[in-house]
Amino acid sequence: MWKFIVRRVFLAIIIVFLGSFIIYGVMRAMPTSFVDAMARQRAAASATTGGPTFEEWRAQLNETYHLDVNPVVGFLSWMGGVLHGDFGTSWMYGIPVTQKFNEVIWYSVVLNIITLVLQVITCIPLGIQAARRQYSGFDYGITVFAMLCISLPTFFLATVLKYIFAIRLELVDLYGIVGRFHQQLSPAGKMLDMAQHMILPVLTLAMLNIGGLTRYTRTNMLEVLNADYIRTARAKGLPEKEVINRHAFRNTLIPLVSYMSYLVPSLFSGSMITETLYQIPGIGYIAYDAMVAGDLPFTMFYSMFGLILTQISLMLADIMYAVVDPRVRVN
Amino acid sequence: MSDNTNMNLNTNESGEEQQPMSLDDGRRVKVLSPGMMVFKRFIRNKLAIVGICILVFMFLFSFLGGVISPYRQDQVFHKYDKANKEYAGAVVNTDYRFTAAEGFTLTTMTRANFNSKVKGSEEAEVKFEADDVTYLARKVDDNFYTLSVGEQLGTVTVLGKITDIKSIGDAELSKALKDAATAAVKASATSFEAEGVTYTLTKGAAKSYVINGMKEVAMVSMLNFDAFTSEYDTLARSFAFRKACETAMHAGADSFEVDGTTYRLDIEDETNAVAYLGDTEVVNISNIIVNPVNNGVFLSIDYKAAVAEAIAEKHTTFDFVDENGETVKNTVTMRNNNYVIFTEQATDLIDMYAPPSKEHWLGTDDHGMDVLTRLMYGGRISLMVGFIVMILENLIGIVIGGISGYFGGWVDTMLMRFVDLFNSIPYYPMMIIAGAIMDSFEVNPYVRLYMMMAIMGIMGWTGVARVVRGQILSLREQDFMVATEATGIAVSRRIFRHLVPNVMPLLIVQATMGLGGIILTEATLSFLGLGIKYPLASWGSIINAASNIYVMTYCWFIWIPAGLLIVLTVLGFNFVGDGLRDAFDPKMKR
Repeated sequence: MWKFIVRRVFLAIIIVFLGSFIIYGVMRAMPTSFVDAMARQRAAASATTGGPTFEEWRAQLNETYHLDVNPVVGFLSWMGGVLHGDFGTSWMYGIPVTQKFNEVIWYSVVLNIITLVLQVITCIPLGIQAARRQYSGFDYGITVFAMLCISLPTFFLATVLKYIFAIRLELVDLYGIVGRFHQQLSPAGKMLDMAQHMILPVLTLAMLNIGGLTRYTRTNMLEVLNADYIRTARAKGLPEKEVINRHAFRNTLIPLVSYMSYLVPSLFSGSMITETLYQIPGIGYIAYDAMVAGDLPFTMFYSMFGLILTQISLMLADIMYAVVDPRVRVN
Repeated sequence: MSDNTNMNLNTNESGEEQQPMSLDDGRRVKVLSPGMMVFKRFIRNKLAIVGICILVFMFLFSFLGGVISPYRQDQVFHKYDKANKEYAGAVVNTDYRFTAAEGFTLTTMTRANFNSKVKGSEEAEVKFEADDVTYLARKVDDNFYTLSVGEQLGTVTVLGKITDIKSIGDAELSKALKDAATAAVKASATSFEAEGVTYTLTKGAAKSYVINGMKEVAMVSMLNFDAFTSEYDTLARSFAFRKACETAMHAGADSFEVDGTTYRLDIEDETNAVAYLGDTEVVNISNIIVNPVNNGVFLSIDYKAAVAEAIAEKHTTFDFVDENGETVKNTVTMRNNNYVIFTEQATDLIDMYAPPSKEHWLGTDDHGMDVLTRLMYGGRISLMVGFIVMILENLIGIVIGGISGYFGGWVDTMLMRFVDLFNSIPYYPMMIIAGAIMDSFEVNPYVRLYMMMAIMGIMGWTGVARVVRGQILSLREQDFMVATEATGIAVSRRIFRHLVPNVMPLLIVQATMGLGGIILTEATLSFLGLGIKYPLASWGSIINAASNIYVMTYCWFIWIPAGLLIVLTVLGFNFVGDGLRDAFDPKMKR
């Protein structure tokens, strides 16, 4: 077991390293980078006073940002900084990457936790009910609804929700995390204001994920309900409620928990599309802006963060499975 | 084999129904081929049939619709609409205009000196010099002067009691003038009056005097004279006409005479009047100058008169009937002491955001293109991207998964670590960076489409490779693979002819469900502006219009249909994929 974990961690480190290198290489392939734009701006500003030209500025900035070396050397020097805990300063936001990350990550986490809770309390009962009444109208309804949720494009759902709730009904704001009079509000009022701005993003994210989790719950519940020990429980005359809640549901939890352990790291990865659409200043939206602008340090940090999260979630899935299912532990 | 069985069954049913059957009669059990059984199970699934119907509709809509549609995908529609355009400028004249009599030219110096010496002077007569000529400016009325120069009209020679008057040049001296001159000479006066005009006498050679008269050579006023038709142009410019006309205007007379012709004068106010010859309008008199805004536009005098009238009467709008008999609405506004006249003109506009109509069932978008046609062509791109990316993913996935699963060992480990690496690269960040790179290279939209499909394929094959590898790992231990090895079939043939076909059912199910996902990804990228670019369309890029709040609020017909098409198509693929999975593996049916 320990040997397996050590090998897994070693592999994860190699994947994170190579994955970061690929992203770094691709970022360096951008012909007009952030630095070009900045050099142009500065050259224009200093043109009247006879300051450095665009080429001089670019050379100077390239040197400052270590872009004058080839990608391999550049990547290794960046990696050296990372190993010393230095992720560099974001070009776009002008503050250390980790500081910006600390500022924005909690929006994403809160958003994702609320979504996850909402998702769990709707999907699991729905999935179980659908499984208990297999082939009924209710079951078909749930199946179609789940399929519909899977098929909805995020941006379309978000646009429709915005159209209905923000434009037609004027219940919530179109964009952002705080309202216009946020600063004048009391602390409790500020909380409520932000909660109100989270409604649509949470609804969007939940709708998108409900389909998958409901179907997964239903499939697993069906599998359990067809098992021999359920037939035995029924045969010995247990009430149906007891059979479902104590015998079936507990066994359904095994795959569900392993499925959810996948989700835990993704709580931190943010949801790029949804955050961008609602302009929630979480890690997803901030990273999207940085990527489009060609902000190398921030993009590298975000990509590496994503790579590490994926690896952690994969390892966690293996370990959680062992925790929940004693049979795995024995093996 | 299944065909034979079916045929037998058919003949049985038609002809030999009466024949008794034994309990184990083969005809009792319908034997179907595996493919047929899958098909039967598939068509029994209602949701799958709904999915198939949706997909058939989508394909017809996209591929046939584009052919049937009368419009091209990049056809821009125009409309004519009335728009207020700046048409003319008008200004109240504050400069003096000089009109010289025939045969006389006014120098620039004269004008300048007039402006500096006479302008603003309260005196009725002001003398000034310019270019060695003395001018006498007489103020007839406000802003109306006549300029005269001294002229030697004749000489008076005194011989005792007899005075002889001879004219100089071709000046005609009337009897009254001669009498008055004689009287003045006798009285030794230096000036005299005749017929209301003052003359002076200056001593010339011995016993002779020179009669000096004043000759009007020019008039100065602020009024413009515009002929209604070109035949009266010279008349409107002539000194005689102008002077007579303006004198009449200041006097408030309703007619005046020039060269024996009587003109009627219709005075609106002190600065606006129209001169008629009989009943025809001849000349318009006004202190307002009207000029066209654009070069090459000719403003008719009727229009100028209408503008002058509107300004004089302080109207902000006026209607003008043009030469085609159409009434044109005009609006007058002030700008920096000038008047600007806006005219409602029929203008060729791009028909943007037109609501649904008979010509455009779903209106037009922000480029003035037919939304329905764009949706059809967009559907082609969306479906094509889905299929090509899916095929690409499967090709790469089958080759790598097949090799990895068949050979196992270090090849498997290497390839699977490679898969792990690819799988861990964050998908959306990579696509966004790729889109930004293509943006900065300004890649041609068509090339961009292929590049995007290639990148999506390269980023997405890992799932297929895993499935293929996993299946092959278990399949290769089975007896039929031992048989292929024993018969000495080549390795590549063993993998791709014997192993891969066995993985096919699972791959087909996965591919069908994956198609929906690919279409969603493409739509999301296009929505973010990182995928398909104008002039090409995809359903996602059409919805992109809704990021404009105006479009989102008022133009539902642009983005809602596109969104519904995406949802329906993805739903269709998911239903069919689900149905296929249940049909291939009934045990999985839940």
